[in-house]
Amino acid sequence: MDSSDPAPSGEPDDRPTVPGQRSDQGAYLRVTDLRVRFDTEDGVVRAVDGVSFAVERGRTLGIVGESGSGKSVTSLAILGLHDAKRTTITGEISVGGRQVVGLGDEEVRRLRGRDMAMIFQDPLSALHPYYTVGRQIAEAYRVHHPEVSRREARQRAVDMLDRVGIPQPVRRFDQYPHEFSGGMRQRAMIAMALVNDPALLIADEPTTALDVTVQAQILDLLADLQAEFHSAIILITHDLGVVGQVADEVLVMYGGRAVERGSVEQVLRSPQHPYTWGLLSSVPSLHGDADADLLPIRGNPPSLINLPSGCAFHPRCRYAERPGGRARTEVPELRPAGAAGEAGTNGHLVACHLTAEERTTLYAEDIASVGVAR
Amino acid sequence: MARFLIKRLFSATLTLFAVSVLTFLMFFALPRDPVTGMCPKNCNPERLERVRTELGLNDPLISQYAGYMKGIVAGRDLGSAQGGRCDAPCLGWSYVTNEAVSDTIARVLPVTLSIVIPAAILWLLLGVGLGMVSALRRGTWLDRMAIGFSLTGASLQLYFVGAVLLLVFVYNLRLLPVPSYTSIFDSPAKWASGLVLAWVALAFLFSAIYARLSRAQMLETLSEDFVRTARAKGLAKRTVYGRHALRAAITPVITIAGLDVGGALGGTVITETTFGIQGLGRTAVDAVRSGDLPTIMATVLIAAVFVVLANVLVDLLYAAIDPRVRLR
Repeated sequence: MDSSDPAPSGEPDDRPTVPGQRSDQGAYLRVTDLRVRFDTEDGVVRAVDGVSFAVERGRTLGIVGESGSGKSVTSLAILGLHDAKRTTITGEISVGGRQVVGLGDEEVRRLRGRDMAMIFQDPLSALHPYYTVGRQIAEAYRVHHPEVSRREARQRAVDMLDRVGIPQPVRRFDQYPHEFSGGMRQRAMIAMALVNDPALLIADEPTTALDVTVQAQILDLLADLQAEFHSAIILITHDLGVVGQVADEVLVMYGGRAVERGSVEQVLRSPQHPYTWGLLSSVPSLHGDADADLLPIRGNPPSLINLPSGCAFHPRCRYAERPGGRARTEVPELRPAGAAGEAGTNGHLVACHLTAEERTTLYAEDIASVGVAR
Repeated sequence: MARFLIKRLFSATLTLFAVSVLTFLMFFALPRDPVTGMCPKNCNPERLERVRTELGLNDPLISQYAGYMKGIVAGRDLGSAQGGRCDAPCLGWSYVTNEAVSDTIARVLPVTLSIVIPAAILWLLLGVGLGMVSALRRGTWLDRMAIGFSLTGASLQLYFVGAVLLLVFVYNLRLLPVPSYTSIFDSPAKWASGLVLAWVALAFLFSAIYARLSRAQMLETLSEDFVRTARAKGLAKRTVYGRHALRAAITPVITIAGLDVGGALGGTVITETTFGIQGLGRTAVDAVRSGDLPTIMATVLIAAVFVVLANVLVDLLYAAIDPRVRLR
């Protein structure tokens, strides 16, 4: 993409494109075998260990997992926000056809905020407390549109505030983040992230810090804006309910690795990994038995410095004994989930030592024992 | 804002009142007779008694205090031996130097201001600058040098640093004159050359603390979410650091700076003594030594005024920097 070519119009397709950019198998973001390691005093943290996925424009990928599963580290790696001195990143991250891994600081900086933007979990701490909301949005616009006057940038920020559903945007422009409610703050964050029409938006737990009613509004807003701007969205969350609401595809991460990947239908309707089963039974269901017990996954997330051998989930897995000792010695590969030729499993991948037949029977027993009907 | 100032003015008055009462009581609690100290050896008891009566020291404490306070507010008549009529704000007549205390203060206050204000500017620039650089270059040799500098500064005493500076720059290299005070209005060059060593010594010791403080603050701020947001927007590093991180990191530094400067303006005894300059600090110590009540009261009250003023100023600055702070 020609970085000097401004794209001031709100039309997403006015964005200048390099010929061939879209031909990258349709995916705007393509992550291949991403590995992120931090060198700490206690040892090497393998925060992300060989993760691959792709997101097309107009599609939403939900990345699900507990804290420490590598979700946020992955997104920060895409934006190039890790401290280069303490972080080793290998693999490929292709954003609109450009390699981000190994790209110079200045080149990545130019992509950030313009081609890829991010919204964070807690909008109160993510917005600068000393500057007005409008000024922060206008700043995000002007850094990538240096030719634009202050007045134009202000108008653009006001328009964005209006677009994300903030009433009285002209007055709100001059208010500080602490004068906004939680939901309004997250709307303002979204306005700031979308002010340059980025083709890729990463939302890191965007609704976790919000009230449930506000959560739904924010998710609706994201879906609306996606339809309008045709952006690729990565939604990072630990909440499978949120994923079911907005995602097209799902990536389940555990201990820095992908353990299951597939369409939202596949993963939520016929989850293949015992960890995904655990995640599902720890979410209350609207349609199931209201008295059913929520079953937390036993144990704690693993230490990324000292990951369990073999399948990282085996110490917490109820079925770890079934494949014999392999669960303890062999890292399961991400493989097609269904038996060969089975209908409806196209593109559904799982990293589990259990056979497809075992998983089918065990999941049936699992939901029966938990009593959560889905 | 106006309401805030009125409230602060009121509480400042209360503070100063409490300080004056305590100073007064402490002076009379001391097991010494101010009159014996100021009289030559051949004073006979009758003479001492006469002086005591003249100074009002035989009056009940409460009326002595009331007289002193009335002098500050409205002026009073001190009697012919003490310069007669003393206009408000009357700080009394020194038992020792035999002059109006206000004259003493007018002489020594500019000295202390001349020492502290340039030194404070120097130590803030140096300390905050060093702290920021070492935070942004964490782990490099620059950072280690800055940490070494702060440790040195924090471990040394002013009279040692001062003595070394004097030895090198005045007595060995003869680059500077022996420290002394000249009014800036008479000769700015002499004013600066006479005080520069005091500034450097004070700034060295204080900037060490500020370097450490601002380094820690900056490191903390750099890990804040809003700094990550600023980077995620694609802002250039200097904008992220200069506009987003620095402003948040500097706020606590301002608080400490306000209190330090306010305290230092009340007198820098060790500095003044080391460099042989008579400022507010030495005047206060001399007054305590010789039992000169009016001078003690004046110096203590002036120091208290500076501390109170510094506090108000810090609050105002805070409100100017942080929009979440509302002054009430």
